[in-house]
Amino acid sequence: MRNKSAQKTIIYHGAIILLGFLMIYPILWTIASSLKPEDEIFRNAASLLPSELKWGNYLQGWEGFGDLSFSTFFINSTFVTTMVVIGTIFSSTLVAFGFARVKFRFRTPLFVCMIVTLMLPQQVTLIPQYILFHNLGWVNTYLPLIVPAFIGGIPFFIFLMIQFIRGIPRELDEAAYIDGASTFGIFWRIILPLTTPALATVAIFSFYWTWDDFMTPLVYLNDTKLYTVALGLQLFSDPSSLSAWGPMFAMSVASILPQLLVFLFFQKYLVEGITAGSVKG
Amino acid sequence: MKKKKQLRSQRSIDITGFTFIAPWLIGFLGFIVGPMIASLYFSFTNYDLLSAPSWIGFENYITMFTEDARFIQALKVTFIFVFGSVPLKLAFALFVAMLFNTRRKGVGLYRTLYYVPSILGGSVAVAVVWRELFGREGALNDVLAIFGIEGTSWVTSPDFALSTLILLVVWQFGSPMLIFLAGLKAIPNELYEAAAVDGASPFLQFIKITLPMLSPVIFFNLVMQTIQGFMAFTQSFLITNGGPMDRTLFYAVYLYEKAFAHFDMGYASALAWILLLICALFTALIFKSAQSWVYYESEGGK
Repeated sequence: MRNKSAQKTIIYHGAIILLGFLMIYPILWTIASSLKPEDEIFRNAASLLPSELKWGNYLQGWEGFGDLSFSTFFINSTFVTTMVVIGTIFSSTLVAFGFARVKFRFRTPLFVCMIVTLMLPQQVTLIPQYILFHNLGWVNTYLPLIVPAFIGGIPFFIFLMIQFIRGIPRELDEAAYIDGASTFGIFWRIILPLTTPALATVAIFSFYWTWDDFMTPLVYLNDTKLYTVALGLQLFSDPSSLSAWGPMFAMSVASILPQLLVFLFFQKYLVEGITAGSVKG
Repeated sequence: MKKKKQLRSQRSIDITGFTFIAPWLIGFLGFIVGPMIASLYFSFTNYDLLSAPSWIGFENYITMFTEDARFIQALKVTFIFVFGSVPLKLAFALFVAMLFNTRRKGVGLYRTLYYVPSILGGSVAVAVVWRELFGREGALNDVLAIFGIEGTSWVTSPDFALSTLILLVVWQFGSPMLIFLAGLKAIPNELYEAAAVDGASPFLQFIKITLPMLSPVIFFNLVMQTIQGFMAFTQSFLITNGGPMDRTLFYAVYLYEKAFAHFDMGYASALAWILLLICALFTALIFKSAQSWVYYESEGGK
């Protein structure tokens, strides 16, 4: 009996590790290719072991091309991402508190509007928004990327915060209210500190989606000096002009490194955050 | 003093409420409602962004369905992509979630490992890697060569390019998997114990307990993944650029092309509205069908 269960355990772990290896193989392969000498990347394509470690790929890649080095792209991405994360936190906490705790008129229909926009395909508003920003003279600036975050750009985050705030006992608000706190006071001193875990989730996800985002910068940024990492990498990896494969893979690794690091440190919030909005609701 | 507070008028509550939701409300009116009305108008015009839009009635819509073969192709490709990738992704996500719904050692670590591809999701780096892994000289063909199979250039082959893109999104099954896992953990163990006592096989337990108890979560995942599928862009744009021979021309890629390569904003707006109608139709269908298969415990059955 005991023997049989041990056998089962071995099969279980074996199968999961094998499948897991297949899962992360493409990522390991990128890292391996970023360290391989040029002629080895495709000659021995499936192999994960470089014959020698060519760290020079990273230096050569970082220099980029022309007068554009990857430091420009990283600085641009860091700026845009930071602003979007700040904007998202600002708007999603305020709005979520309003919906979850203040019983104003038209709250329910407006809430329904917000949930509907959650399911609205981005492409539907893309063109009129582009025309709007074009007329405002915002094309080729970071404003179209940043401003929407400050005005509740992604309803998913508002929804996530509302779900979380609803879980905080109302008695806390009432006690503070009797003690003379204003509605804003309740928000600032009672609810906001208690929502830190949900805020962390929102911050991490908005970091991911902004860092990853390819379509929005592609539409709004024309000047290569303004390019984010995603656009820079695409420019660098254009198959029709690409010659330096090693450096290209090195920059691919560099572009996902911030995401991997954030994942490593904050995975608890990521995993909790995904499940919070769906199951409790 | 206290009485005055309790009698706080609805008016002042309204003002407080609207102040809090003001950021969203401004965005909603200025960046969603306004643009949507505008785009509905543009869809009935010829507009190149430089000269004023000129009213042409239903011409854009008529052209689309009668003369534009690429529009039909984009629709076809997108439908195949959505119907191919969403069920596969959800089935795989559920399968892996069930594997992880156990108290064995190391499960936390595995779960993390399996989630990594999903966080890198739409990044350009992953797209670039996919292009090379499935290229003629890519790793897949190296592995196939071991078994004596001669591969092809999967991403540029008309027969396989779309399947390669489907494989990519199925690979990123992490988010639905985590949601399934949370749903599985919420199913009371007594149900399985009682079923086991009655002699129900694991398969029967899955059909009779797991699936019904999980149906609200399946529903949520189905809606979200379907909408995401219709919006897919980066994979096709970067890996295959819609090719070969428009075999991977995603709807979003075609729309982008019309708007930002040809600056045909009127036609692109019409395309966007058709996409909205399709998404609304599918969401409505899923919601409608949900009445017959989604089980809510609190309502005491179906």
